Amino acid sequence: MTTSASGGRPAGAPAPAGRRPVRTTDGAPAGRRPPWVLLVPACVAALFALLPLGYLAVRAFERGPRYAWDVVGDERTLQLLARSLSLTAAVVAACLVLGVSLAWLTVRTALPGARAWSVLVTLPLAVPSYVAAFAWLASAPRTAGFGGAALALTLVSFPYVHLPVAAALRGIDPAQEEAARSLGHGPVRTFLRVTLPQLRPAAAGGALLVALYVLSDFGAVSLMRYDTFTRAIHTSYRASFDRTPAAALSVVLVVMTVALVAAETRTRGRAGHARTGAGTARPAVPVPLGRWRIPALAWCTTLVAAAVAFPLGTLGYWLAVGNSATWDVGALGEAAWTTLGVAAAGAALTTLLALPVGVIAARHRGGGARLLEQAAYAGHALPGITVALSLVFFAVRYAYPLYQQLPLLIGAYAVLFLPVAVAATRAAVLQAPPVLEDVARSLGRSPLRVLREVTVPLAAPGVAAGAALTFVVCMKELPATLLLRPTGVDTLATRLWTETGSGSFAAAAPYAAALILLAAVPSYLLGRHRT
Amino acid sequence: MRRPSARRITALLAAGLLLPVLASCGSGDGKGGSAEGGDSALVIYSGRNEKLVKPILDKLEKAVGAKVEVRYGDSAELAAQILEEGDRTKAGLFFSQDAGALGALSKEGMLAKLPQSSLDEVDKAYRGEAGDWVGLSGRVRVIAYNPDKVAEGKVPDRVADVTKPEWKGKVGFAPTNASFQAFVTGMRVLEGDDATRLWLKGLKANGKVYTNNLATLDAVESGEVSLGLVNHYYWYERVAEKGEDKVGAQLKFLPGGDPGALINVAGVGILKDGGQAGTAQKAVDYLLSKEAQTYFADTTKEYPLAAGVTSNVEGLPPFESLESPDIDLGKLESLQETLAMLQDVGLV
Repeated sequence: MTTSASGGRPAGAPAPAGRRPVRTTDGAPAGRRPPWVLLVPACVAALFALLPLGYLAVRAFERGPRYAWDVVGDERTLQLLARSLSLTAAVVAACLVLGVSLAWLTVRTALPGARAWSVLVTLPLAVPSYVAAFAWLASAPRTAGFGGAALALTLVSFPYVHLPVAAALRGIDPAQEEAARSLGHGPVRTFLRVTLPQLRPAAAGGALLVALYVLSDFGAVSLMRYDTFTRAIHTSYRASFDRTPAAALSVVLVVMTVALVAAETRTRGRAGHARTGAGTARPAVPVPLGRWRIPALAWCTTLVAAAVAFPLGTLGYWLAVGNSATWDVGALGEAAWTTLGVAAAGAALTTLLALPVGVIAARHRGGGARLLEQAAYAGHALPGITVALSLVFFAVRYAYPLYQQLPLLIGAYAVLFLPVAVAATRAAVLQAPPVLEDVARSLGRSPLRVLREVTVPLAAPGVAAGAALTFVVCMKELPATLLLRPTGVDTLATRLWTETGSGSFAAAAPYAAALILLAAVPSYLLGRHRT
Repeated sequence: MRRPSARRITALLAAGLLLPVLASCGSGDGKGGSAEGGDSALVIYSGRNEKLVKPILDKLEKAVGAKVEVRYGDSAELAAQILEEGDRTKAGLFFSQDAGALGALSKEGMLAKLPQSSLDEVDKAYRGEAGDWVGLSGRVRVIAYNPDKVAEGKVPDRVADVTKPEWKGKVGFAPTNASFQAFVTGMRVLEGDDATRLWLKGLKANGKVYTNNLATLDAVESGEVSLGLVNHYYWYERVAEKGEDKVGAQLKFLPGGDPGALINVAGVGILKDGGQAGTAQKAVDYLLSKEAQTYFADTTKEYPLAAGVTSNVEGLPPFESLESPDIDLGKLESLQETLAMLQDVGLV
């Protein structure tokens, strides 16, 4: 199972006939207070994630609440809010359509080459938003603006929806769908009436990641010249070097994040079911596509072409033209090596921090657990530069020896991408039957041993998938890397930035291509990964 | 199905945990740090692009006789970083792409006063008012035009004229570009806010928006637009890359102190608290030297500002011949108002 929020039945739906009632998370150990062995590291992770908020509070109110309020209360803020939210809504809606349709086609239908497609449609994850935006802009300057920003962001982020929904589809018991079909409903109607409602939690979880990604994106909106909150924050740093207005605007982003996370929690509801006894669901019988086969193939082809082949093709074109194309193999290799190293360490730390938070979010209810999860999300919608400056602030004061050293950069990745790993962990744990933990506990195992011997092994594939996803997003990160990397150390993203900054796109192309190809490896594994 | 894929991904994760260890073995651990180790090494925060200035900074290392570490980044973001670092900054020298970022550090009192001998190398117009930063190279705003679309004689003499109806849909510009914004700031200082706002509205009605100077120049070359508001050196770099016969655009340097001929500078300042003042001063001296100034003239095609060096790039009008507006670069710091205006008009 990947980053899914479990493909369970909606709460209260009757259990399918011939199967023992399934225990839900509500049933079993829900209300219990999380054990210390989880609570303490989870709190550490949450505090870590809250660092940027501490910084923002210091900076935003530096000149008194009145000044901060003047910035936030400005008419322009409302306008930016509207722009950010409309872009987010458009991208989320488009990603839901793309992600869900592709998941259904690749998992549930007799689509020719379904397995290959399920890998191919994961690859857009490997494309940085700024590369996608650049490719479109270079070929079609008219795409600039809202449409272009929405296009570029949708094409790089629909796998966030596709992955969990596809995983959920594999996990859903086909019995209900077969019942619907036997009652004479066609495949489309069955999908809309029976399958789709069961996918809601998975789709909502993916949509949340997409929304937070859009809110924090700078690359695509900046190239497409669509002013959002994040871009305004950058502009504010740039224009005045005054950190107060930027911080005040960032606080608004944090508020938006909390609202989005709360909305997602409501949508998710009490869904989250695990199966015991009969084990995993039978594979569903693939829906024959008939004459819809051609349009279905065309749909998949178009999306993969637009999201992966097109940017790669553009890079190839840049490589072919212009004599600034210089293959500095040494620099390329060194940057690739560094990128792999920092991204892997970032993914490892993030996953480690996410584990206790994810387990608590899946297994425990109540205000405390919810607060922990929300804290983990707090920094996710913030622009990279804000998170980076907050770490500069803290490191210079409290951890000076670490400043501009690799561990700090890796820490920044953890703050930025904790939610990606938390979402994956939470979903993976939800799929592991809590009854097994109960049994282990009743046999006298300590909470730590239960975690180590039952929960973690059961959730391991999902957690590892989350780690792979985090690995990909770390590789692509730019603004925080620019500010926090050790002097003289370069990643593929920073080299790419250097080359495009001097206008030699042909020289930038090898770095962009290397970045996409390397990030494609974990993306490929994610696409192949099935429960 | 669960087993093999779980194992594969777990293996990936394990490999991931090992990689950073290996990477840190390979990437030379001696880097970074040493900021407080007296005056030995020099850390330069460079807002200027690595491609453009690395060769000269390599030579600088020999000239100052100390190890030099360069941190490349975006001028504005590096300035924000230095401000956040405060008195514990690792930077000894800040090499900025524009006067604005240096002005911001100067305003916060983070730059050390430069000796008069350094300041006197450069015309008063191109150095900090408080004597704590100095310009190294200048770039001038110009109008690029496509000779197939517009005869040389018809190219406007004043940037104000591009809002005339005859240029509707024919003017390319990059409103998000820092140089464009500096030029608009200059226009505000020279002609007032009302006139500038009116001009921006006209430009919006007439113009086509591009990502940056290069994209604007491309559009002029391809004939997508007839005119483009750009910096001069992009054209000379392109000519150096492709050969003049393959570059379809030409440049017009505006006469008569027009705001469209504004000169902006890249420059350096020494960080008071960087603890590297000695080497930093040697670096400033080197950057103002004949060798470095010649580099800026020949390689980046900018105008050298010191050491009596004149550019001998073919076709580049002599610096003295430029009729740029008389303006205090320090006043370009009111960029925020410019941005507010650009946002108001709907250009950024």
